[in-house]
This record gives sequence, C-alpha cells and structure tokens, in this order.
Amino acid sequence: MIPSAFDYHAPTSVPEAIALLTRFGDSAKVISGGQSLLPLLKLRLGTAEHLVDIGRIAGLEYVREEGGFLRIGGRTREAVLERSAVVQERYPILADTARVIADPLVRNRATVGGNLAHGDPANDHPATMLALRATVVAQGPGGERTVPIDRFFTGLFATALASDEILTEIRIPVPPNRTGGAYVKLERKVGDYATAAAAAQVTLDGGGDFVQVGLALTNAGPVPVRSTAAEDFLVGKRAADTNIAEAARRAAEAASPTADRRGSVEYKREMARVLAARALKKAVERAGGR
Amino acid sequence: MSRHDVQLTVNGVSHRVQVESRLLLVHLLRENLRLTGTHIGCDTTHCGACTVLIDGEPVKSCTVLAVQAEGAEITTVEGLEQNGKLHPVQEAFWEKHGLQCGYCTPGMILTSCALLARDKDPSEAQIREAISGNLCRCTGYSNIVKAIQSAAERLRQQ
Repeated sequence: MIPSAFDYHAPTSVPEAIALLTRFGDSAKVISGGQSLLPLLKLRLGTAEHLVDIGRIAGLEYVREEGGFLRIGGRTREAVLERSAVVQERYPILADTARVIADPLVRNRATVGGNLAHGDPANDHPATMLALRATVVAQGPGGERTVPIDRFFTGLFATALASDEILTEIRIPVPPNRTGGAYVKLERKVGDYATAAAAAQVTLDGGGDFVQVGLALTNAGPVPVRSTAAEDFLVGKRAADTNIAEAARRAAEAASPTADRRGSVEYKREMARVLAARALKKAVERAGGR
Repeated sequence: MSRHDVQLTVNGVSHRVQVESRLLLVHLLRENLRLTGTHIGCDTTHCGACTVLIDGEPVKSCTVLAVQAEGAEITTVEGLEQNGKLHPVQEAFWEKHGLQCGYCTPGMILTSCALLARDKDPSEAQIREAISGNLCRCTGYSNIVKAIQSAAERLRQQ
C-alpha cells in the first residue's frame, strides 16, 4: 500500500520545523517515529499534503532527571525509554508501559511524544502520563508553553497542540518517597491495542495510607480518562485490598468503553475493574506498602 | 510531490538514489535495488516479514519512508553471508529447521542477529520477547527459538 502523494520536509532545528508548520498550517503533519502515522497514510485513512519529519532534529531524545522532573525528550524512542536506567530504577510504570506498546521492532522507531500527540485513546502512554500527572511542553512560533496532561487530550485523535506546535518534552514530577506505580494491560496478542489497561501511581504515608493517587484507564472512552472518582475515594484511606477493590469498581463504573472485536462494553468494563485493582496493588507493593 | 536524493549504505554498498517522498523503504530495497530477500507480508506493521536493520536495530521497512533512511546503514538478509559462508544465525536456522515456508525467515533472522549483537546469552523468554514482532505461521516458533539458542552458542564460541 502506498500513501497519497505528499511533500516531505526534514528540518534540522525546532525553529525551522515550526516555520514549516506555520507556512503549511493544517495541510502539514508532523512525523516523528511514523509508526502510527504511516499506517494511517498507507491505508488512506488519513492524508497530508506536507510531512514535516522531526527525526533530523538533534537533541530531542533524552531521558533524565533535572530540576525536580523526569524529562523525556519528545522524540525519545520507546526502546530508549524501556532501556533507560533511571526509568527501570525509579519509574517502573514507564518501563511497564513501554514494553507493552506494539512490539519490539515498532518500539525501535515509535516515540513517546508521538504516542501522546497522536491523541489516540487506545495508546498506552496517555493513561500512564495522566497517572503520573505529567506536563507536556509545546514549542510554537510564540515560544514554549506547558500544558498539564489533564488538558492535553481534547477529543478523539485531537490534542491541545496547535498545528504550528511541536511536542518537545514531557515532564514528570520526581516522585516523593514511598511512591510506586504500575501499568497493567490486557491485549489479545503482542502488538494489539488494549482490550483494557490501567495505570496507577500511588504515594503512601508512613502508616500505609494513600497520600496521593493517580489512576487512569486506556481505551475506556473517546479520550484518555483519569479515574477521578477512584482517586478521590482512595486518598486518606488505608492501602488495603477492600479499598482498592472499591476504587477499581468506581473507576470501571465511570469508564465508557465501546464494543468492538476485543469485547462487549460489559466485558471491557469488567476487565477495566480487574486491571485497575491489579495496577493499584502492584503500585502499592512498589511503594513499599506490602 | 517532492523528490529527494537519498544516500544510504545497504549491506556495505553505498547507493545514491532519487526517490518520491512517499516511496517506502521496503519498495526501495526490493524494486530499486532488487534485493528481494526482504519480504512484504501484511504491509500493516504487524508481521515483520519486511524487517531490516537500520544502524543495527531491527525495524519494519514497510513503515519507514525511503527518504527517512538518508545516511543510514541498512542490513538486509542478503548482507549476512560473508565470502560464500552463511552467517552463524543462518547456519543455525538451517540446522535446527527454524523455517518451513521461509516467508518470515529473513525478518526472523535479522531480528535474531540484532538480539545476539546486544546479548550473547539471552534466556528463552528474552528470545521470545525479541521475536514477538515477527510472525511465523508455520513453525509454532519452537524450532526458531532452538535455532536462536544454537546461534547464540555458536557466536559465544567464536
């Protein structure tokens, strides 16, 4: 399958890329790893008159802790994130997430920024970034601005990024002590989108109560959703199985999955409940709560 | 539609080709360079039959634009044999019957080469994870895993 014709541009700096995006407006698309965009263009589910490839811009691939944040360059490939020592040691939820995205070959090209900017509620990083309360950094003609992840996803395949902006960085607050996170996904086979998946990041106090909870679901509605009802229920309560079970029930109740070949609405909601509970339990374990 | 001069190295040989922006890497390899060892299976980023190494990393060449390969070092299955002698991974696939119809084999072998370049002694779980983006509809994977284990042993002895 061959995409419709387009012009290809390979800027070597962020300002050059933004200038191209400003010039071409809505007729341009940013291509990062291309692992979501190229299949869409090949299947002719999408078209672009201009592709602006940000793959030639140096300095957009990094994973490092700095200034109170874990900073992930927008063009960081999933394979790099997955193998990053700081991620493996301190952000296991990100390692969990990276290793269930598509397959290892795709992860050699696919990027973290692309996974978010594509705006697909079936992608895996959105839920994780919601749970982590990340901030997205966008650069446009007016300079840099930050967008809290809760305001980033605006609709199906739609984000807060303007057509002349590039996602350059993701910032995740460095977790306090006694914090743990986990991402748990049910997929029919390697490479599939989630039938259901849950991301949990929790911080406990010395007595084993929840101080802070981030919980979000993948593929549970037209936009990636934070499970506010479950989070609010847990804060201040004991990290006990009964509380986790009730929170998971509330999260599933608030989910709005759609039926497809992966299952009925009822099945997906039930799986969301089971996975939310598993993610929370694993997060608590990793926070040193058990 | 824009056209681009692309300079790339394939199996150690430098090429300069002019391509349409929408040409896929797999078509550049198969049609322009006549390297038909790289197969097209699903053409939808699932099966891995089109796997090649770009700068040593296995990727699906049906989901890379040829123009994106500017400056890259690409290895296809044709590049593994040296001086008429099969690569140890190829030898192992042959000896352990790691193929039946052979359609997935070039991709499977290249993914295995990349794995073994990074890790000389992978566990069975690591092998299965590494090839999880390469689908084989014949073998049930058992002999492929055995072949990769055998190749690892050969490479450790080298």
